[in-house]
Amino acid sequence: MKTLSVHDLEQVYDALALAMDQATPSKSELFLVKLALLAAHEIGDARRFQSLAESALQDL
Amino acid sequence: MHLPSTEPRRSIYYKYRVYPAHVPSSPNETDAKRVVIVGGGPVGLTAALDLARYGVPCVLLESEQQVSEGSRAIVFTRRSMEILQQVGVADRISERGLPWRNGNSFYRGERVFRMEAPHDPDDRFYPMINLQQQYLEEYLVDAAMANPLIEVRWGNRVVQVEQAKDRVYLQVDTPEGPYQLEADWVVAADGARSPIRTAMNLQMEGASYEGRFVIADIRIDLDLPTERLAFFDPVWNPGNTVLMHREPGNIWRIDYQLPADETPEEALAPESLKARINAQLAMIGVENREWEMDWCSVYSARALTLPDYIHGRVIFTGDAAHMLPIFGVRGANTGWQDCHDLIWKLAFQVRGWAGDKLLPSYSAERVNAAREIIDEASKSTRFMTPPTHGFRLLRDATLSLSLKHEFVRPLFHWRTSRPHEYGDSLLNCRGDDNALFRRGPADGAQLANVHLGEQGFLFDHLGASFYLMYFTEGDAIPADILAEVNTVRARGIPFRIVAIRRNGSGEMPGADLVFGDADGRFWAKYGISTGGGAYLVRPDQHVCARWVTLAADRLNAAIRTALGN
Repeated sequence: MKTLSVHDLEQVYDALALAMDQATPSKSELFLVKLALLAAHEIGDARRFQSLAESALQDL
Repeated sequence: MHLPSTEPRRSIYYKYRVYPAHVPSSPNETDAKRVVIVGGGPVGLTAALDLARYGVPCVLLESEQQVSEGSRAIVFTRRSMEILQQVGVADRISERGLPWRNGNSFYRGERVFRMEAPHDPDDRFYPMINLQQQYLEEYLVDAAMANPLIEVRWGNRVVQVEQAKDRVYLQVDTPEGPYQLEADWVVAADGARSPIRTAMNLQMEGASYEGRFVIADIRIDLDLPTERLAFFDPVWNPGNTVLMHREPGNIWRIDYQLPADETPEEALAPESLKARINAQLAMIGVENREWEMDWCSVYSARALTLPDYIHGRVIFTGDAAHMLPIFGVRGANTGWQDCHDLIWKLAFQVRGWAGDKLLPSYSAERVNAAREIIDEASKSTRFMTPPTHGFRLLRDATLSLSLKHEFVRPLFHWRTSRPHEYGDSLLNCRGDDNALFRRGPADGAQLANVHLGEQGFLFDHLGASFYLMYFTEGDAIPADILAEVNTVRARGIPFRIVAIRRNGSGEMPGADLVFGDADGRFWAKYGISTGGGAYLVRPDQHVCARWVTLAADRLNAAIRTALGN
């Protein structure tokens, strides 16, 4: 499986933070759900997506 | 004393007729009948007509003295039309109704999804047809009142139900007081609020949803085709859904969800309705056009079913047996499939032709169908009226993505009512060749219609009977198969043989009906490649056995099973 380098991860980190700010707090939740659906479509694996969702639910 | 209104209901397009009430000849009148049908709606009336086809008489009790108030059920599916064709009213519905096959979903002024329901040249009827329920009931009433085996009793309300020793005792109230009615069987087709279900204290399983909808019928001249229009999250009703359907006579159904905190009374206040309908019309670009209100009502989405439809000698059918969300036109359309499944079995029971398992198979087959519908409908309902914050977010995200991303658009397509398959039915033959077929309707599935050229369609020729569809290259039905069928017929059981001949045409000894199939289209559709293959078809047009090569002893076993032995 391909993973992100630290450099790329930092890029994702910044891009997501900026996009969240751009979406504004009232729309950030909607933005994240749209992003999750787009990412799920790219991943193309419903079981994999479910296990990612479970990971994200931990330690909230 | 039961006193239904004798004032014709108000409508701007439908002229109501008030039928005279049936009253008892004396206060102590007791009447004994074999079958009593309670409820003169689309399902009860169809049940009565269906039963009469088997020579079984019935009394039908309707508490009102006129047909339904308002247009109510307006979209009828192809399967419903095939059933209504069997009871003889499809032509009148086709004459006035508006057929259609496209559904459109709009979001922020853009059409984000267009559904096109398949329409095969082998199908006589369109996927959907729109007609107001008053007309549909009128056609059924006309047919029922003209049928010597059906006695329609208007203004008769059942107030009490008791069962003892294989009999049902009904107390019936009328405008001139009550009387007693005894029956061997009672079919409860008395609607979603079924007084019989309530009187018998039967509990339904399933869920109710939060969303409440207004249905309003207006007369307006709109230059739009007959298609379903769904508007998600419209500016005037944020977060909610609005539906529009064309009905005959320039009547339009507008259907919209209420804000969560609003009561039905507030929603139906004339100024509220007017403002919202004008806002919806403005959204589709229609302003300052005259319109007139005909009827409006509020409904809520529910997905509930009785876990068993047969309770002693009382049998529930249609909305009395289940309450289903109307998204996907599942009310009346499910009810007709119920009663079509039930009636031949009840008729066979009354006529003494049924094995012990025949009538109970109605409940097994149709409760399963209701559970499938509830499962499918809950997916539609989750999109139309999201039950939680999470579902609302996903719906909103899907709407937002749909403007530019194709992959989410199929989520807009809510599943519509379809014919159910009884693949697990006890009436299906277990030793047949079902698994060897690559094409054609499987055991439990509905028969596939076939366009026969000058002979019309296959379903035009079917009636209240079992059918053996025999695919042959020969000149006669084999004598041992014919002998087997004749032993069934000797008991009085309606049973016809249809020959589908690959070569030659014209009459064939032993066959009641013959279809020539020179180009092999019929054979191919049924997955038949060599002569001697056959399908056994129940009177409700569902397959219960099929063979690559039929032999008389195999037919015997399948018929025994199909009769519930």
